[in-house]
Amino acid sequence: MLLEAQDIGFRYSKGPWILRGVDMHIAQGEIVGLVGPSGCGKSTFGRILAGYEWPLEGHVTLGGEPLPTAGYQPVQLVFQHPEKAVNSRWRLGDTLKEGWVPEASLLEALGIEQEWFKRWPNELSGGELQRFCIARALGPKTRFLIADEMTTMLDAITQAQIWHVVLEIAKKQNMGILVVSHEWNLIKRLCSRIIELSIVNRDRE
Amino acid sequence: MRWIKWIKNRFIPSKPESVVGLSWESADFGGAETGSKTVLEVEDLSVSFVQYEKGLQQKQMKVISSLDIAINRGEILAVVGSSGSGKSLLAHAILGILPENASVTGSIKYNGKELTLQRQAMLRGNEIALVPQSVNYLDPLMQVGAQVRTGIKNGDALAVQREVFDRYQLKPEVDRFYPFQLSGGMARRILISTAIVSDAQLVIADEPTPGLDPEVVEETLGYFREMSARGCAVMLITHDIETALKIADKVAVFYAGTTVEVAPIENFSGDGEALRHPYSKALWRALPQNGFMPIPGAQPMPNNLPEGCLFAPRCSMATSECSIKQPKVRKLRDGMVRCGHAT
Repeated sequence: MLLEAQDIGFRYSKGPWILRGVDMHIAQGEIVGLVGPSGCGKSTFGRILAGYEWPLEGHVTLGGEPLPTAGYQPVQLVFQHPEKAVNSRWRLGDTLKEGWVPEASLLEALGIEQEWFKRWPNELSGGELQRFCIARALGPKTRFLIADEMTTMLDAITQAQIWHVVLEIAKKQNMGILVVSHEWNLIKRLCSRIIELSIVNRDRE
Repeated sequence: MRWIKWIKNRFIPSKPESVVGLSWESADFGGAETGSKTVLEVEDLSVSFVQYEKGLQQKQMKVISSLDIAINRGEILAVVGSSGSGKSLLAHAILGILPENASVTGSIKYNGKELTLQRQAMLRGNEIALVPQSVNYLDPLMQVGAQVRTGIKNGDALAVQREVFDRYQLKPEVDRFYPFQLSGGMARRILISTAIVSDAQLVIADEPTPGLDPEVVEETLGYFREMSARGCAVMLITHDIETALKIADKVAVFYAGTTVEVAPIENFSGDGEALRHPYSKALWRALPQNGFMPIPGAQPMPNNLPEGCLFAPRCSMATSECSIKQPKVRKLRDGMVRCGHAT
């Protein structure tokens, strides 16, 4: 199954085009890096791939079909700032079970403690919250994961711990991953292919 | 009566429970030639928060325990540690902006003199400047030029502000921008301008680079190098070792609210064999370019700290004595370590 973006064009209201004529594809089981300078539209592109934004031009398809608009989203996005990606009025146990109910072994592998379920988001650190966001996104129906600076805010040990778990699950579930990052060493370590958005985005005004 | 205790703690330094067996003068390395002098010296600092558990039952949460650190003139010290290791709280303790339910013991000296609450209030924003993490620290309803000018105490504020903006390629129209109109890189330059115009001798930068692309990171670090070249002492707080190594003279590694090691940057190379503490080695080896191998477990929470060495539960070298008593900081080679086994 392929996640494909064809001839994507996007801008916010009447602003300049952020993306124009962008083509890209990821196969299941493939880990691809997306790099480019700040403000070149990497995060916007990630949001389009995961169905958070609709492209003004072109289209995104999953296995040849448009992305589903209802039910479980098979393309999951994990954001850089977890504190902005969880509902501050929900206890974390509820946030975790939003899309599916992760089994105990996954929670243990990600270092999520049962005791945290009753906590509010402002009571945990960014690193701890990010573990919840990752567990939430790794459901059995997830085909592709967009990791937008997923471990940028974390220390090296936590970063390595989390990626080892994510890679193992991706392999088991034959998931494709798009790694959006500024950290060249991380991209080189994880990805078999690298896309430079500023080159693919050639029609940008 | 919490505030009485708090004031007592701040103004009448209690005798430290454990005496750190060395003076930082003797522990100087790197830029310790004649004429170098210690700008900031933190000794045996502990910070606890009082939390109410049930009704009036109180509980102490120790977020920083017996921490030591020193910075000389013209030196850049990187403070590296994971989130929740107490890095930002150290900055807040130095500036005297901890929340009210915090109690502080130990000593913080600035230019050789104890930093009391009054001195902190007098010095912060003048001689001691903070470069905060994000634009969220700016006033959203005030033009940025005017905000930077509030930090200028002597001379023609407008001229000074314009000169600094010019140096950072911020065009005249930027003076009238509100924070929401700034791009990430511009915001970074504005936040740093606030520190530069203040004539600070000590600059504390809290995570100034995450999420910026390599070019902007390089540019940002350049500003700090410039400040240290002018004789300013710079404390760079970051979770990113790579950034720290690009600029710092030495690195202090934090874990669970204390310093486990201070090392010159040359020690961060190869397999990390020159590093002293098992945690620093693990941190180095977990980098994507150095093996990407994590150690299991997580940093302990402040309300659940182990009895002895804070790292013992995750340490492969730990022996039974490690879990009895927290090891003291000692000098080792040309650095410092808090571990009985380190050689």
